[in-house]
Amino acid sequence: MKSEVAIEKEQNTDFETRSLDTICVNESHLEHSWVHNIKYSLMGIVFGIILVKAEVISWFRIQEMFRLQSFHMYGIIGSAVAVGILSVWLIRKFKIKTIYGEEITLHPKEFNKGQIWGGLIFGLGWATTGACPGPLFATIGSGATVIVVSLLSAIAGTWVYGKFRDKLPH
Amino acid sequence: MLESILKPWPWYVAGPLIGLIVPALLILGNKSFGISSSFRHVCAACMPSNIPFFKYDWKKERWNLFFVAGITAGGFIAMNLLTVATKVDINPSLATSLNVNGITDFSGLVPADLFNWNSLFTLRGFVMMIVGGFFVGFGTRYAGGCTSGHAIMGLSTLQLPSLIATCCFMAGGFIMANVILPYILSL
Repeated sequence: MKSEVAIEKEQNTDFETRSLDTICVNESHLEHSWVHNIKYSLMGIVFGIILVKAEVISWFRIQEMFRLQSFHMYGIIGSAVAVGILSVWLIRKFKIKTIYGEEITLHPKEFNKGQIWGGLIFGLGWATTGACPGPLFATIGSGATVIVVSLLSAIAGTWVYGKFRDKLPH
Repeated sequence: MLESILKPWPWYVAGPLIGLIVPALLILGNKSFGISSSFRHVCAACMPSNIPFFKYDWKKERWNLFFVAGITAGGFIAMNLLTVATKVDINPSLATSLNVNGITDFSGLVPADLFNWNSLFTLRGFVMMIVGGFFVGFGTRYAGGCTSGHAIMGLSTLQLPSLIATCCFMAGGFIMANVILPYILSL
């Protein structure tokens, strides 16, 4: 009995660390073999195709957005959010469960200054590379191999953040 | 039908489809949409270096690595199987201002004049590809999410921190594109 409590506590701590500084987290308590992850790759393929076909990965489209020269990107983000809000509302209203029958859970995030400072730094990088993280992957797939360097640099940036996290204002 | 798939997709097709990824991931397995976390999982898996921020069971988040692998494959499929070569339609005033800095090739989604292996070793290429990428990785984690995590997932769940983050993404982007980037492009 005692050991069960200890395991529970350990799992909670792991979730706390995993969900630190991120929206995107696995909320499921179920464990499956890796084969079940293939469905996320299929979703990724769909997302990657949309990013290329709608020219979201285009450096030019990102420049037009930040120079207010085109509505395209605002239309994409705006309509995606509208559909997202409606979907999440429907999931909550009808208590829709996952395909495994698990209840869908969402942990709200709390405000910290990182959202301001980190947000500004990311914005500077986004307008420079013309790519946020999703498009970085799709751009590489589309054949711009040099963007692998940007991806590795982004991973290095994340590592440096992790290293100095305690010294940064939050 | 096939012709409209091969042409660039309008925002009112692409946007709602991206929005549907939010419920799809939730229903498939209680996963919150996001991309930038994958950078952290790579750090946790490959070089945790005893840093507390990377000491967690990254295998519980490996779905995210499968997801970004899929995005890469999707980029390949879209470009090689679902696209006919067309010139990217660019706002004339953007084209004019880029011409000043020697950017004249508008044939691809990524400007070939700026992003190529040779220019990686020039000051301009270094700043745009390496420093820019570093800012993306550092900034997204500091902010706790990227365009997917905050702007789409966070706003879809009506979270105020995500609205603040999204506004700061845009502010940073406006400052870079309009104030700083002209200097970088002239390097």
